[in-house]
Amino acid sequence: MEGMSFGGIIMLMISAIFIDNFIFSKFLGCCPFLGVSKSPSTSLGMGCAVTFVMTLSGAVTYCLYEFILVPAKLEYLKTIAFILVIASLVQIIEFFLKSKVPFLYESLGIYLPLITTNCAVLGAALINIQEGFNFIYSVVYCFASGIGFTMAIMIFAGVRTRMFFSRPPKSFKGTPIALIAAGLIAMAFMGFSGMKIG
Amino acid sequence: MSKKNTVIDQFKEGIITNNPTLVQMLGICPALATTTSAINALGMGVSVIAVLVFSNMFISLLRKFIPNQIRIASYIIIISGFVSILELLLKAYLPSLSNSLGLFIPLIVVNCIILARAESFASKNKVIPSIIDGLAMGSGFTFALVILGSVREILGAGTLFGAQVFGGWFEPAVLFILPPGAFITLGFVIALVQKLQRRRSEYVKQQEIEYKRLEREAGIWRE
Repeated sequence: MEGMSFGGIIMLMISAIFIDNFIFSKFLGCCPFLGVSKSPSTSLGMGCAVTFVMTLSGAVTYCLYEFILVPAKLEYLKTIAFILVIASLVQIIEFFLKSKVPFLYESLGIYLPLITTNCAVLGAALINIQEGFNFIYSVVYCFASGIGFTMAIMIFAGVRTRMFFSRPPKSFKGTPIALIAAGLIAMAFMGFSGMKIG
Repeated sequence: MSKKNTVIDQFKEGIITNNPTLVQMLGICPALATTTSAINALGMGVSVIAVLVFSNMFISLLRKFIPNQIRIASYIIIISGFVSILELLLKAYLPSLSNSLGLFIPLIVVNCIILARAESFASKNKVIPSIIDGLAMGSGFTFALVILGSVREILGAGTLFGAQVFGGWFEPAVLFILPPGAFITLGFVIALVQKLQRRRSEYVKQQEIEYKRLEREAGIWRE
């Protein structure tokens, strides 16, 4: 990815949010997507927590890779290094929010420990390296992917609250019908893939 | 004799009664993403078996030395070590598989199945049962993935493991290879599993009722 322009950044954001949505086309972060999408408010909390951690970890892992691993020729350690950074970052954020911003901790706190094992966060960090994004692009990409994740999980939570009142066949109760609904939303999202920008 | 039975039980639990993906709903992300074809699904499954067996083995070996407070972090380091080894091996010897699985090889680190088995089994059991548990749970995951991959490949491309299944008349529905097909196929497979589970629990209940009836009758006879 050479050069950097305002237009390029906007394009990257739109493609990360709609066209290559993390959940509906990349399948990253499906576990919280199915687990915590029972009500719109909890899913908003989860989405915000993921976006926050993902953006921070995107910035930190980019610096780690570019300024430590590459000069030391240790690129092959990136998986271990990134997961450690993400795990400790989550811990630090938790401590920080607990002592400094208690109201944010109360709303995001319960989701934070779950984020370490959310594949979306590690996935975004690895995609940044794979695609060769520079610092600004990495941060923007992580942020936009987080927004995409939040949007997906909120749409899905809305669908699920409506589904609460419907009566699917007995065997489809619970996860199966939720997955099929997710499939239908994914089909709708495929409409965006016709959008060719840039 | 009893030891053999527990091994069979462990496999039965991992593949059928307590299948990590279809019953426990763990590891949904790779199950959706890597099942575009049966061969990819098999590759992913075997990779997870390899990591799961080694991580279970080492965590079980180290279970007395890992302090309780930092156990999750230690497990993640052990797991990511094996994942890195696997990543490099695949890149060197099976580059095509490594390309098609792409991001999902390093993401085995955050696969919930591995961490769940480390926490709930390997950290409490001896080495040999832990290895068998890794094999059993890994096989269950592979089984689920191959079923998903086969269904999607047959419906979406008309092939199975790359071989034509139908004649020329069959027009595949590409939808099943695309992301929506993944969600829908998994939904139907889990619905089938739930149906079988319900039938089984009804059968067990029926048996219990029958047994109680017989017992009562026997009681009456005795009197």
